[in-house]
Amino acid sequence: MAIAARDFRELKLDGMSRSFGNLNALKGVTLNVRRGEFIALLGPSGCGKSTALNCLAGLLTLSGGSIWLDATRIDRLKPEERGFGMVFQNYALFPHMSVRRNIGFGLSMQGRAKPDIEKKIKEALSIVRLGDQGEKLPGQLSGGQQQRVAIARAIVIEPPLVLMDEPLSNLDAKLRLEMRSEIRRIHDLIGSATIYVTHDQEEALSLADRIVVMRDGVVRQVGTPEELYARPAHADVAEFMGYRNLVRSHASKSGNMLNVRIGGTDMPGTPVGTASEGNAVAAIRPDDLKASPDGPLSVTVESAQYHGRDFYCSGRTGDGIELYFCSERRVAKGDSINLTVDPSCVLVYAEDVP
Amino acid sequence: MTRRGKGEGREGAPPLRVRLALRDLDGVTLLALPAVLFVAALFVYPFLYGFVLSFEPKTGDWLANYRKFFSDPFLYDTIGATLWLAVPATLINVLLSVPVAMRVRRMQRRRILTTILVVPITLGTVLIAEGLLNYLGPQGWFNRSLALLGLGPVRLVHNYTGVMLSLVMSGFPFTFLLTLSYVTGIDPSLEQAASTLGAKARARFRHIVLPLLAQGLAINLCLSFVQTFSVFPSAVLLGAPAGATRVISIAAYQAAYEQYDYSMASAVAMIMGFVQLAVVILILSGRALLYRGAAGGGKG
Repeated sequence: MAIAARDFRELKLDGMSRSFGNLNALKGVTLNVRRGEFIALLGPSGCGKSTALNCLAGLLTLSGGSIWLDATRIDRLKPEERGFGMVFQNYALFPHMSVRRNIGFGLSMQGRAKPDIEKKIKEALSIVRLGDQGEKLPGQLSGGQQQRVAIARAIVIEPPLVLMDEPLSNLDAKLRLEMRSEIRRIHDLIGSATIYVTHDQEEALSLADRIVVMRDGVVRQVGTPEELYARPAHADVAEFMGYRNLVRSHASKSGNMLNVRIGGTDMPGTPVGTASEGNAVAAIRPDDLKASPDGPLSVTVESAQYHGRDFYCSGRTGDGIELYFCSERRVAKGDSINLTVDPSCVLVYAEDVP
Repeated sequence: MTRRGKGEGREGAPPLRVRLALRDLDGVTLLALPAVLFVAALFVYPFLYGFVLSFEPKTGDWLANYRKFFSDPFLYDTIGATLWLAVPATLINVLLSVPVAMRVRRMQRRRILTTILVVPITLGTVLIAEGLLNYLGPQGWFNRSLALLGLGPVRLVHNYTGVMLSLVMSGFPFTFLLTLSYVTGIDPSLEQAASTLGAKARARFRHIVLPLLAQGLAINLCLSFVQTFSVFPSAVLLGAPAGATRVISIAAYQAAYEQYDYSMASAVAMIMGFVQLAVVILILSGRALLYRGAAGGGKG
């Protein structure tokens, strides 16, 4: 008997919103999630992603909109009636129960038979690779093991939807990488839909089938990791996806491209969305901005950090714009350096950054 | 050759100062001294003095006081009378505090309610007794209102009921505050986790909150019991000090200040202390069966 998610076709969020007093934490989120999909809710702290997750779990009531699981409206159900699995940021393991009883809690609440429960617990323990830790109390486990128990407890009830609230944020860097692949493996194994809240773009990119980028309670962009990485729809999304250089400047038309003025030079760039002549924002990843002797942009180096293969540097142009770039050679503070960038790597947005 | 410190010990062994520091004994430890002296002078010494005094009766051999106490129903019945007040009052206070604390925990204006509930502590037992005497007495508002409705007067003071009411009113704020602090110490995400796992409110309370609260409730029971067992002013003012509410502290008082038999009074006080100790040990030994540890779900 394997653990497999309960069947459903689609989870639909329709204008889901929630306010706290005067604060609109969630302003109408609409999203469709298919069975088996791994969705990452990505955004800076305070963007409403955790609020969205708590609304889905039923821990917060909606102040507007609705949630549908296929043809059933579920947003008025209590959390215990929804049957979603949730993994909490602090794991929320029951400290007075053994690992085994923690995992079996949801099953015994469903009133399942003892042998059935024992079988499922064993299955869940082996899925999260904790086979021999069943009798311990949560306090006797390491952070990574506690995390595995929390995941086992959430999936053993075979939920159609698993909700995860920044589950890796309390782990050290090595364990985080390890658990990341574990989470994806378990997701694929049980076939539920997973909604995963994180503020770490790398985590979202590597885990998710689709990423939902949020900001100020609004969905800014939904797309596959590749789409979001290559072509963010807005400058603020670009900033969040690692386009660290955001230069407010003036753009002028040149064929299909837009020339943006950076450091006294016109740099050709690729327009995105409604970008046109006039005020614009150019977004460039530091690793696309490379040191090159005949590059058109000249900067004075302000700092350089060695990151293993490259030097990760910051420099300032003649007109005072700070740029982050990469260099394969060692550079020192005060050096004058020329930079080059491929036009397809300069994304030009209409100026709508708040 | 280097100068040797005063506390330096044998060759090879670390100096005394270091050895003490390893056991967390250093200069700061001396700060505990005033408190130790205070406890010794005001608790340990009087206790030992009373203990010895209780074995030096006015007449008879060294156990005469105790023999007298346990052979005279007028004296030994006070234990039962006191327990008959203290045990129900303790249970009422502690059990009532749990649902109230559970509710208050979620309230926005917790401080207002907490303040209201704590006022009886600041008033003191005598003021509460005065108030109850006036309000619930034969000519009080309560009985007059009943009379308006054509209902006969009920006797609520100068008996068991009066003392019980006073014990609940003055004891509840204590148990409530203590329970509230234990309840708020339980990580709310534990209950949320339980609810996502399908546990309804009743199951969440039974399987999550209650086991994590049990330790605190045991302590609460002990403190509340000790407090109510030594009831004196309300038993005299609101009760029937010669009858149903003749508690053990009244027996001690009468021995000391009506018969001027300090030795007998000490013996009564010792018996009182041992009854309290017995109950506390009983509660705490039950506690050993319970989970003791953090009430949080995460690391640290």
